[in-house]
Amino acid sequence: MIFATFSAKELPRLFDLLAANTVVGPVKKGTDSAGRPLYDFDVVYRFQDLRLDYPATIHSAKRHFLPHRESLCTFTMQGNDWEKQVDYNIYKPVVFFGLHACDINALNKLDKVLTAPPYPNPYYTAKRRNMFIIGQDCQPQPQCFCRSMGTDTALRGFDLFLTDLGDRYFAEILSATAYQFLRKIATRPPTVKDHDRYKEVVAERNRRFTTTVDTSDLTKLLDLEFESPAWQQWGDKCLSCGTCANVCPTCYCYGVEETVDLDLTGAAKTKYLYSCNLIDFAEVAGGHNFRPQTATRLKYRYYHKHRGFVEAYEEPLCVGCGRCGEACLAGITVPAVLASVRARGA
Amino acid sequence: MPGPRSYLGVELARPRVGVFDFTSCEGCQLQFVNNEATLLDFLDLMELVNFREAMTEQAGDYDIALVEGSISRADEVTRLEKIRTQAKILVALGSCACFGGVNQLKNRFNDLKWVKKEVYGNFPIATQKVRPISDFVTVDFMLYGCPPRKEEIEKVVTNLVVGKKITMPKYPVCMECKANENICLFGLGEPCLGPITRAGCDAWCPNNRRGCWGCRGPAEAANVRELEAIMARHGFSREIIIDRLECFGGFAGQVAELRRQSEHPRKARSTGQA
Ligand code: SF4
Ligand code: SF4
Ligand code: SF4
Ligand code: SF4
Ligand code: SF4
Repeated sequence: MIFATFSAKELPRLFDLLAANTVVGPVKKGTDSAGRPLYDFDVVYRFQDLRLDYPATIHSAKRHFLPHRESLCTFTMQGNDWEKQVDYNIYKPVVFFGLHACDINALNKLDKVLTAPPYPNPYYTAKRRNMFIIGQDCQPQPQCFCRSMGTDTALRGFDLFLTDLGDRYFAEILSATAYQFLRKIATRPPTVKDHDRYKEVVAERNRRFTTTVDTSDLTKLLDLEFESPAWQQWGDKCLSCGTCANVCPTCYCYGVEETVDLDLTGAAKTKYLYSCNLIDFAEVAGGHNFRPQTATRLKYRYYHKHRGFVEAYEEPLCVGCGRCGEACLAGITVPAVLASVRARGA
Repeated sequence: MPGPRSYLGVELARPRVGVFDFTSCEGCQLQFVNNEATLLDFLDLMELVNFREAMTEQAGDYDIALVEGSISRADEVTRLEKIRTQAKILVALGSCACFGGVNQLKNRFNDLKWVKKEVYGNFPIATQKVRPISDFVTVDFMLYGCPPRKEEIEKVVTNLVVGKKITMPKYPVCMECKANENICLFGLGEPCLGPITRAGCDAWCPNNRRGCWGCRGPAEAANVRELEAIMARHGFSREIIIDRLECFGGFAGQVAELRRQSEHPRKARSTGQA
């Protein structure tokens, strides 16, 4: 790893250098009824709109690499024949400016499923290959449990990771592109003082975690507790609304719809991100539904993330960002669900 | 008379379509012709034989009947039954036809005589309790919404013409609301029926920072009991929920259950999903 330090005043210059591309970053989206600011990722045109001190965003940055709706292909009909047009929907590289460690790790997890053989997803992979990612250190929030998921630091999957040391930034450089960009602003090699300050900031951040999930033997525990009354208790509350999957940076399930143009000369295939909590998620041709009960669907979301994925990839499909619990109107959170399963009932 | 149409070399007949209205504002019918950019292509898919909103000539011979409005008079029942006999496919168009719609709010009053007097004064009209058309005839398909979305109407008609399966979302409005990355109205201090209302409107109201009033009726697996708990946590009373649930008539069963619970709190049964 190569490190560098630069003055906070250089950051707007770095932004401007990168702004020839689409820049996506955290911005303020509004204020809730208690007067607290609300943040989300959006396209940023001016450095002053970037809110790098954001505590958390409501939604993940997912729509910029796994859009909620995406056209997969269109068809043009000519007599008895047809022609297919495929577009991976990537026109310009996208710069992600200010992703927290959890969201970078979410991309690393998605990569394992969506860019790997035997069936890499070209739509995702094309976008993933055209990204420049600047990570940003964070202040753990009450809902954050990334430490329990092993995703509280990002070791790869970014170009540059910035830690705010007050008047200056400590930069971890992971790609040649990042190195080349940093040559265009005033940087210097970090001194021992910078190292010490960096370690202090990181230690202070790590002291702030308040939420943990006990993951010891979790896959086995989930096998043992398949019939736990806890699932029904959470199922009774669940609205089957899909909000948790929609805000989650790692949920990637989808459905495909085919539509015919009104003038009957064209057709389209559109992909919609779906959620395993929705009532017809496991409905198959002929109308049979393998998971008609809300509790079963909720349980399977947890089994995919904390059991099946772990068996396949040796890590959970959850980065502990806490967004699902924050957004769930029924107040269903990952730490509470997993703790109740461990305790045999809420 | 336009020539025959085809899709992938298969010749398609233009279905003869009749549009009919009962007690309603006729807004759903206007949705039918409410997209100038696509109107000609849309009308070219079918042969409109009966449509009071847009044509003067009428014929009594049709395959598909799109029926707007609820039933509030005895003569409407007779007319509806006649349409059913004629139509191969009868579609309920909009909340009034599907659930009674805003009109059914008058059913709230126990004294219908008083309602009539308030509304019609000295010009009485022989009206009755407002009911959805499915109370009288078999409905093949419901197009939900007050009004339904134009895109949805276009999709359904296109699918009918090419013989493609028609599906409606079974999940609630929240799914579409979150896909649009709206800020949840509960966080902004507003009530919303999005968690229990059938999607398909693309979260029309929350997109415009208005809470959902449930015009599309209940989603499948609508968890009303949990929504009530959520509403209570956000400071909204049962009356506020009932008010919203009652507005379009889609939640009649759920409202009856909530009222029973209010009257007999101890005997309260679950209104959650099965
Ligand atoms: S989940 Fe972890 S990495 Fe993400 S914002 Fe919270 S503390 Fe930071
Ligand atoms: S867990 Fe919460 S957010 Fe997820 S489907 Fe259930 S109610 Fe909706
Ligand atoms: S499951 Fe919840 S906590 Fe885990 S990554 Fe998804 S949104 Fe974040
Ligand atoms: S605003 Fe309404 S529809 Fe949107 S997420 Fe909140 S409750 Fe659901
Ligand atoms: S948000 Fe609710 S009230 Fe508004 S159009 Fe959709 S279903 Fe109807």
